[in-house]
Amino acid sequence: MATRTITEGISVARRRRFSETYIGEWLMTTDHKKLGIMYIVTAFFFFLVGGVDALLIRTQLAVPNGKVLTPEIYDQIFTMHGTTMIFLFVMPMLTGFGNYVVPLMIGARDMAFPRMNAFGFWVVLFGGLFLTSSFLFGAAPNAGWFSYAPLTELNTGCGTSGVVVCTPGLNMDFWALGILMLGISSIASALNFVVTILRLRAPGMTVNRMPLFTWMTLITNFLLLFAIPSVTAASILLLLDRHLGTHFFQAGFGGDPLLWQHLFWSFGHPEVYILILPAFGMISEILPVFSRKPIFGYTFIAWSGVAIGFLSFTVWAHHMFAVGLPLVAQAFFATSTTLIAIPTAVKIFNWVATVTGGKISFRPAMLFALGFVAMFLIGGLNGAALAVVPFDYQVTDTYFVVSHLHYVLFGGTVFGVFAGIYYWFPKMTGKLLNDRLGQLQFWLMLIGVNLTFFPMHILGILGMPRRIYTYPGNLGWNELNLLATIGAFIIAAAILVFLWNFVITLRSGQPSGTDPWDAFTLEWDTDSPPKPYNFPVIPIVRSRRPFYDKKNPEIADWKTATH
Amino acid sequence: MRMPLFRGMKRWGVLLSTLVLSSLLLAACGESSPSILNPAGPVADKESGLFWFILVVATIIFVLVEGWLIFSIVRYRERPNEPMPRQVHGNNTLELAWTIAPSIFLFAVLIGTIYTMFNLSSFPGVTRTVNVRAVGHQWWWEFNYLDTNPNVVTADELYIPVGTRIHVELLSNNVIHSFWVPQLTGKTDVVPGHNNTKDFVGDTVGVYRGLCTEYCGLQHAHMNFFVHVVSQDTYMTWLSGQEQAAAKTPTGANALAGQKIFLGSGGCQGCHGIVGVNLKSYNDPLANSLIGPDLTHFGSRRLIAGAVLTWDPATCVVVTGSNGQPMIQNESQCGLYQWLHDPQGVKPGNDMVIRKLSDTEIAQLVAYLESLT
Repeated sequence: MATRTITEGISVARRRRFSETYIGEWLMTTDHKKLGIMYIVTAFFFFLVGGVDALLIRTQLAVPNGKVLTPEIYDQIFTMHGTTMIFLFVMPMLTGFGNYVVPLMIGARDMAFPRMNAFGFWVVLFGGLFLTSSFLFGAAPNAGWFSYAPLTELNTGCGTSGVVVCTPGLNMDFWALGILMLGISSIASALNFVVTILRLRAPGMTVNRMPLFTWMTLITNFLLLFAIPSVTAASILLLLDRHLGTHFFQAGFGGDPLLWQHLFWSFGHPEVYILILPAFGMISEILPVFSRKPIFGYTFIAWSGVAIGFLSFTVWAHHMFAVGLPLVAQAFFATSTTLIAIPTAVKIFNWVATVTGGKISFRPAMLFALGFVAMFLIGGLNGAALAVVPFDYQVTDTYFVVSHLHYVLFGGTVFGVFAGIYYWFPKMTGKLLNDRLGQLQFWLMLIGVNLTFFPMHILGILGMPRRIYTYPGNLGWNELNLLATIGAFIIAAAILVFLWNFVITLRSGQPSGTDPWDAFTLEWDTDSPPKPYNFPVIPIVRSRRPFYDKKNPEIADWKTATH
Repeated sequence: MRMPLFRGMKRWGVLLSTLVLSSLLLAACGESSPSILNPAGPVADKESGLFWFILVVATIIFVLVEGWLIFSIVRYRERPNEPMPRQVHGNNTLELAWTIAPSIFLFAVLIGTIYTMFNLSSFPGVTRTVNVRAVGHQWWWEFNYLDTNPNVVTADELYIPVGTRIHVELLSNNVIHSFWVPQLTGKTDVVPGHNNTKDFVGDTVGVYRGLCTEYCGLQHAHMNFFVHVVSQDTYMTWLSGQEQAAAKTPTGANALAGQKIFLGSGGCQGCHGIVGVNLKSYNDPLANSLIGPDLTHFGSRRLIAGAVLTWDPATCVVVTGSNGQPMIQNESQCGLYQWLHDPQGVKPGNDMVIRKLSDTEIAQLVAYLESLT
């Protein structure tokens, strides 16, 4: 086979370098588009892993006194379900989309630090494989994704008397080391995004003109920079307790189990905004394009994102209302949690207003974006309910919370991710995913999500705690659990439909052209897939919709709008 | 592009909402469930009232916003030959309105929240207090009655008098647990090294399920307990009964044989205490090294091992078998038999690791334990 041409039109006769082979191109790339795809594919693989965990959980809980999983295995599965979905699916998936789309959206040729970008990806891949390999050792993490001490301590010295064994085995070492690795990757990529977005925007693209997906990515990465250090510190202290004889989290030696919770949730709360803000950004791009009008309230959406970013550091102890904090402290966190509901509500109103008065086409990307708004509203409402502290005393640590977190993370982020996949897939591959299969997937998913997670509101109210591997048959929980399990398998069917869509589209999908959606932002003013250098000429930007302006010069935004 | 399943969406919407609403109704009728909406005390009552308020508000907001969304989707779906819609970028007045209105409402709710929080443990008209210590073990609850001297110690079942403030001290010397009785009160975590307390009142006589609600290891699922709210007289009778030591020597040959097994080498006394038998009193220092629940009055309890099983003398009848040895008449109906026969099979990973007991030995132990009323 011929040598690849390096420069157009000139063929050099020599042996191919490794970086010029197909595999070498991917293994050694520093190109943001390739790395974006690698992040997305890796994340999707872990989505499937986490999904299998979920199906195992739901199978075990389908009927009372289930015997599908022993408690040892169940505890590993539910812990890894959460850990995998959060750290190995959502975070890399959103990073992948950010990587692919943001430099194109801002008119840049790549991220600010391409080699560090590659480093970040490979650490995620190895960290994820390391964490998941724990199953092969029969020692997957088993203390829940938020790993409360002192359950996570190694052995003697776990409680005040020093008698009881807590968690023997390597499980929590896998967790702590895995989290440390993934934290390193997140910091590297956060630095990259912040510098890229602040320094590499095309001429004329002020922050007030940059796309909302870019805004949300910027805020998310600032959050990462300030939140990851907390969980890094906590993980290191845990490893010190487990292996070097310290007692940070052990009462009776001067330590305090609550120290873990404060450190963890100082990361954990900003983390949930890290998991949702980029999805907010995605649908802020998709709703306007498929409504044929601009986003309603750009400034309000952008700055409410900033407000959420700041406020996210003030609410962490709303995960701790039942631990025995002084009432005044609880009142403070109830107040800050109420405050953070306001910018979130403002966003929802703006999204619906975007669609109002539009000319709506129901391509799959739009279906998922609309589904996001509908489902995230439910998650926001039951979340606000949890801020009513005395009510929280009843339902915290029950299936009511499981319902809330899945409405915002699945009904929210995952719907947003699929919206993004259907939207940007043609740009990445030059092919259009099949619309009918997309519709089928959407409806299966919408029904599945509601069937799985709505009954969990009721299960929590009926007294079902979280993280129990089985339940007795006489507590009135049987039917609702079975319903939830059926819903989970409907979701699985939806994912299979997607995988089928993906495979047949790659094989023989309809060509998309460069701009299948008649979109507004710069990434669509490139080839599908874009050339390695993205733009032949760096564009000059005069409004929030530079590509719309280029295609509609008579009614360009810079002529008609005030920004 | 028109969405072909559009009409189906309305049908599904109706179907789904019916399903959802009917399941909610089912929930409120969950009589056998430890439901927070079935309060039996003022704390749970206030908390359940908050739920109904939240439900009404959330439903109104949901209907309004989703309704607006669905209206817009229907009304503004693309039709052929339609011009481009007006390129509206925003409306500052609207933004101000829909920022301020929710803020006012949310803050009103917050004030109600904070007021309720600070008044949750005030029980006007309640004059009596009973002080209890609840100790979370892996994986069962120990209850100490602090108003008796020495403190009465029991497990799995908490007897309390009606209309009385119950002041509970929450202790753990191992991992974090959480003390929750949905029909009486919201939960409070039991944190090693912390002196958490909680107060509640039971104002209706009955039996209410309690649950551990903080993941505490392998058998977190089986760390339940029952709260018996009884009349003041019943409570006083019960308490004085609990203060008595067990008989030094039980009556009946089977019970006597059972006690021998209890006291034998490698016997139950290695982990369990019976006041009057291997403990001099409830505060015998020996008790501190016993990792299992106190069995002094096990015969009057009906729960085993964090309520993983229940048992009853009526279904654990000791008869003489064809071989002349005692046996349990109907083993599969007797929870105590199942537990003694294979504690690890019933509750894998718990601390009760014992040698295999023959059916005869189990029958004798059951006879002895039944006598410990």
